[in-house]
Amino acid sequence: MKLAVASGKGGTGKTTVATNLAFVAASQGRSVAYLDCDVEEPNGAIFLHPQIEEDRPVGVAVPKVDADKCIHCGKCGEICQYSAIVAMDDQVLTFAELCHSCGGCELVCPVGAISEDQREIGRLQAGRAGNVQFVQGLLNIGQAMSPPLIRAVKAAAPPADMTVVDCPPGTSCPVIEAVRGAEYVVLVTEPTPFGLHDLKLAVETVRKLKSPFGVLINRSDVGDLQTRAFCDRSRIAVLAEIPDVREVAEAYSRGVLAAEASAHYREGFDRLIERLDKEAAK
Amino acid sequence: MKELVVISGKGGTGKTSIVASLAWLAEKVVLADCDVDAADLHLVLTPEIIRRESFSGGKRARIKAGHCTACGKCEELCRFDAIFFDGPGNGRQDRTFRVDPIACEGCGVCAWFCAENAIEFAPAVNGEWFISRTRCGPMVHARLGIAEENSGKLVSTVRTEARRLAEQRGLELVLIDGSPGIGCPVIASITGASLVLIVTEPTLSGLHDLERVAALTRHFEIPAMVCVNKWDLNAETAAKIEDYARQRGLASAGRVRYDRAVTQAQIERKSVVEQGTSPCAEDIRAVWNAVRTAIETSA
Repeated sequence: MKLAVASGKGGTGKTTVATNLAFVAASQGRSVAYLDCDVEEPNGAIFLHPQIEEDRPVGVAVPKVDADKCIHCGKCGEICQYSAIVAMDDQVLTFAELCHSCGGCELVCPVGAISEDQREIGRLQAGRAGNVQFVQGLLNIGQAMSPPLIRAVKAAAPPADMTVVDCPPGTSCPVIEAVRGAEYVVLVTEPTPFGLHDLKLAVETVRKLKSPFGVLINRSDVGDLQTRAFCDRSRIAVLAEIPDVREVAEAYSRGVLAAEASAHYREGFDRLIERLDKEAAK
Repeated sequence: MKELVVISGKGGTGKTSIVASLAWLAEKVVLADCDVDAADLHLVLTPEIIRRESFSGGKRARIKAGHCTACGKCEELCRFDAIFFDGPGNGRQDRTFRVDPIACEGCGVCAWFCAENAIEFAPAVNGEWFISRTRCGPMVHARLGIAEENSGKLVSTVRTEARRLAEQRGLELVLIDGSPGIGCPVIASITGASLVLIVTEPTLSGLHDLERVAALTRHFEIPAMVCVNKWDLNAETAAKIEDYARQRGLASAGRVRYDRAVTQAQIERKSVVEQGTSPCAEDIRAVWNAVRTAIETSA
């Protein structure tokens, strides 16, 4: 089962749900892979304490221009939609950080003056956290584009009975990249006006991607009843409601998994996994 | 005119709730919600929209099924796995190629190299932006379309319009609600700003994310201050975060205690400082005083 844990609003408990799911499923004897695709701010490692066995740079292709071959026809600048290559009368300038690696400039150059270079955008780290196979991406500081790194993290996923993708917040390209290909999406929210507003956006996003999904309401006793009402009205499965418990919040603040801190939570995640098995089989 | 950007690294630290309070406390201010893919500030400030514009951040390819000869060149050249061989038939071909609009990056390579000129490549509407009236001052905000690209460009549009509005009306401050993370929309919201206020929380995740976001402000050489929200949830980590900030030359903007009044205010569509006196509202007033002083002396 390939699961994505996403949210719309940040800070609703995505990483809490994803890491606990991975930990509890692994302790049931399943083979589990946890992929931290929140590459701008990855936090899964704080809770899973992985032993990193592999650490390598991830690059993207950017153009390199051979000035001796260039005939200044201007085609490269014409095809580029991102202003990453600008053809002037006497020289060609490249702006690697704007490049989306589409390969257009190299294809269009009539004299083969453009080749591809690699530019590092982040690192990929993989290893084991107990029985969980762990992979994370770390975007380099100052890099704007995370989707290629998210793609690399997903490509490095080891085969497993259960794959848990911890997604970035929001609804734009990084989220799409992380959620793409998931067999089931768990949307984590909190029952506040901000949480509900962003949940509605997240629901529209996963509907557009045609992924089956359900909602988990975290800190369910804080806020109001509108989120539950929205899910019921829209016939969205509510997978679980997790109350706000101070001992769990404190465990979180220290980097301890809720399922380790509380037997009650551990049982809650056992039930959630059972529910996900059923939902994914539908 | 100065620009103050509030960001957090980690999501859900209370950034927008604090921005709503600062909006109420600040005078002569233009508000800009640059968290364009999960914008929430309007839920508290209930803006009345006076101008609405569509936003196009780039182009998108579309295959005209009637012209497609199913040669497969587009699929071969596309680097984004955006082309599928499941388009409708056209009399000569049983099926044609189709562009998945969600996966399409708008590079135009397929359209350029299509021998049949069967691929349309036209500006896509990726979202909308608005100028509104609120009880705290004018506001520029936006909505990125679902599953759309170019959030950075939309952020830049919102910032530019907010600055223009401030100049036109002689307002002194643009207060920007940023997005979580350290990527494209965050970079677009902070570059060239007068001051960044980082709102964090006393958890290991909060500390870890602060380290990365502080590295980002340093990278772009923007002065930054740190405010620990909900500090009393873990006083020890709060102190650790403040130590870290001090070592990195980040000024402290103070602490805000955990208070369920914040959620209650959100439900009432108010900022916590408007709602009346609560200990947490007093903390936020102190944060505002610290930030105001810093911004007045900023370049």
